[in-house]
Amino acid sequence: MMEEVKDASSFLSVQVHNIKVTEVLQDGDSLTFIIVSQKLSGTGEFHVDRTYEDFEWLQQHLFSQEDVPGIQGVIFPPLPARLQVNPSSKALKHLGFLGLGEWQPYCKALEAFLRQVAAHSVLSKNRAVEIFLTSSDPPGRQKVKKNIFNRLSQAVEEMRKEGHKDVDDFFQTKRDHNFLLTGYTKMASEKFLDVVLTEQKIAVACGHFSTALHLCVEQGENPEKQDFSQVCVKLSEVFNSIKKSMTSTAMNDMNSLGLGLDLETRYQEAEKEMLFRRTCKLVELQNATKNADKAKPVKKAVMEEAKKATETEFRQICEVAKKEIIQLESKHVETLKQALVQWCEKQLLTAKESAEVYSQHLQTFKRMQ
Amino acid sequence: MATSSDRNPPPFPATDGPKPGLSDLLDGDSDEGDDIFVSNRINPVSVSRGVSQPEPADLFSQEEAGPNTAKSNGVNSDDDNDLFAEAQSDLGSNTPSSATRPDVSTSSGPRPASSFPQNPAALQHTSLEQLEEEEAKDSFDVDVAVTNPEKVGDGMNAYVAYKVFTRSSLPIFKSKAFSVRRRFSDFLGLYEKLSAKQTLHGCIIPPPPEKSVVGMTKVKVGMDDPSSLEFVERRRAALERYLQRVVSHPSLLQDPDVREFLERDDLPRAVNTQTLSGAGFLKMINRASDAVNKMTIKMNESDTWFEDKLQEVEAEEQQLRKLHAVVDSLVNHRKELCGNTAIFAKSMAMLGNSEDNTALSRALSQLAEVEDKMEQLHQEQAASDFFILAELLADYIRLLGAVRGCLDQRMRAWQRWQEAQSTLQKKREAEPTTRQTAGTEWETKVTQYERDFDRIGMSVRKEFLRFEKEKAKDFKSQIIKYLEAMMQSQQRFIKFWEAFLPEAKAIA
Repeated sequence: MMEEVKDASSFLSVQVHNIKVTEVLQDGDSLTFIIVSQKLSGTGEFHVDRTYEDFEWLQQHLFSQEDVPGIQGVIFPPLPARLQVNPSSKALKHLGFLGLGEWQPYCKALEAFLRQVAAHSVLSKNRAVEIFLTSSDPPGRQKVKKNIFNRLSQAVEEMRKEGHKDVDDFFQTKRDHNFLLTGYTKMASEKFLDVVLTEQKIAVACGHFSTALHLCVEQGENPEKQDFSQVCVKLSEVFNSIKKSMTSTAMNDMNSLGLGLDLETRYQEAEKEMLFRRTCKLVELQNATKNADKAKPVKKAVMEEAKKATETEFRQICEVAKKEIIQLESKHVETLKQALVQWCEKQLLTAKESAEVYSQHLQTFKRMQ
Repeated sequence: MATSSDRNPPPFPATDGPKPGLSDLLDGDSDEGDDIFVSNRINPVSVSRGVSQPEPADLFSQEEAGPNTAKSNGVNSDDDNDLFAEAQSDLGSNTPSSATRPDVSTSSGPRPASSFPQNPAALQHTSLEQLEEEEAKDSFDVDVAVTNPEKVGDGMNAYVAYKVFTRSSLPIFKSKAFSVRRRFSDFLGLYEKLSAKQTLHGCIIPPPPEKSVVGMTKVKVGMDDPSSLEFVERRRAALERYLQRVVSHPSLLQDPDVREFLERDDLPRAVNTQTLSGAGFLKMINRASDAVNKMTIKMNESDTWFEDKLQEVEAEEQQLRKLHAVVDSLVNHRKELCGNTAIFAKSMAMLGNSEDNTALSRALSQLAEVEDKMEQLHQEQAASDFFILAELLADYIRLLGAVRGCLDQRMRAWQRWQEAQSTLQKKREAEPTTRQTAGTEWETKVTQYERDFDRIGMSVRKEFLRFEKEKAKDFKSQIIKYLEAMMQSQQRFIKFWEAFLPEAKAIA
């Protein structure tokens, strides 16, 4: 996680690296998130409650900063998809890891989003961020003017541009690499989700077995049956332990590597969108150049103006994009490293705890012989 | 004795030598043969092989393979390459049921055999020496193992022959250790003979494994694919447990048919296995029970013990069925986890390959390898779930059927007595002339049948006690095996994570 506290502090009055989404409150079908951030000066906290619409409001403000030069070159921190109270299976699939657990992974993802926005040198300057984090009133629900760029739903004609050959080797390489990486990361994330879901199924089956074993035990039994009843009781305990172990394993998977892969996937897609915007601007520039060259003397001056403007925009976008890409790459390594280390440490701990518990069960059974 | 573990294990009595039908998947490497049941590797004690019995009085307890531990050969290898699909005969020998301690069939545990030279005679000799030194105190021992499944013949007439190896110092056998080859129908034939003879003895006759047309057809066609191997291994293990239960029953062991089965080189083919050809053993038992239930003369039980027992048995059978269904679904989920883990490992490998940062790329590739190893652990766990737990439950579901069969035997004895009594009555009411002769004949019969009935009643009670004791022991020993296998897996999980952590931390 990039921490540009120095830059951000001039625009935000909160500490960036410990913004927390602490709770989710449910009211019927709507969800409200409690966001807590630490004041920069002095002690104290800001507590605000926000709905998903408020997050969208924030995002729209960030998208629509036309006056910021090269804004289209920014890789926008990805906002997770909307979380529904009773999600359809399709929606659940779309959410992936964020739909698991009891909303904790989702809150973590929202948290990551806010931290990334607050830490971004360009984005944190937007007033909307400060208002979002500190204002006790809900940020205005008024419609923001239509943002320049939508998320992935691009018109079919636009898609052609995606493959448009670049004029710059650096960017062509980045585009190709991003294409590969996005695919692989998404697949890894999906396959890992399958693993976690199966682990949960195993935990449930172990729970069933544990319960069913209890039904084998009868009260007031003949002495010759007591021995077997004891076996059933103890085996039931064993499987309860196995269930707990599996549940922990699945939780660890979810909260560390699962979240990490999810964030990576969405960031790769955000980078893809930025590169696409730049490509579109490139096409626009090349068209403007062509038009200026071909223009009749009457229109020539106007065309040249348009071409110059586009040229400037393109240059600014490229500058910002380059910086953003380099930053993202180091962030990417850092994210995955943290995810992997955290995952490994948690799993190691769970494995050791389970081994200890199983060992005790084994001793119990050996003593029963 | 030679202890080279690299040597190709001798064919007698070791089983991890190359077997004709399975040679593709079984290397001569004895190490690989050991490790399907992970428990064998680190804790030979759990394997309960060997012959010595620390508590000679306790015939059926799990043995502690104390003096034999040192002799374990190739057991302690930490081979990570075991795959569930490569079902090997070692699997079955890890299921010691009630009494007998089959040690010779497995490559795990104390098996001096596997380190012996190729000469079978020398082999037998040395193993005998050990037998003699270790079982001085033991008065009752029969070890039975079913090993070496081999496909005989081709096409639809093919069948699988198993080696049945017996080791015993009991005088009823002609020698101390011997083996014969038997096919599945021979085992069924044995059961047929025993149940025909034992009907009036009130005995719980252990049931054989069920026939399976589907399973066998696949094997006839070819025995090399994983599901065929699994089927053959499952059947081999079940046959072994079946025989172990038979020989651990004091009365059955005395039965000449049992001895013949174990000893005789050429056993006449069993032809009367038709009753077991349908949907199996339990259906047959249920049909018999129904017949008993339809008896017009209802028994007036002065002693409710038998009625209570029948209810208990029926309730328990239902419970075990439920348990079995849950374990079944657990096994399926585990297998699913194997598949998913493998796919995930591949996706991580691809991600690692396309990653620019060197350290991260290496870490991701390492992760892919770790996940591959996890997949193997999951496979072993699934095998454990299946071969230990699921089969244990399935065995006992069938055994409870046999218990019901035993109660039916008593009912039939009662019926025979009642019918004789009514015949006697009729004879007495008939002409006085016949009364004298026929009377005595039928009086004798009535007395005898009444005695039979009482005797059977006592025998059934004894059998129940023995059964409960056996059941508890069986479950305990199987669960211990299961837990030990799980412990081993956990240790390996820990090792994998510990190895990966520094790689993850090294990312920069």
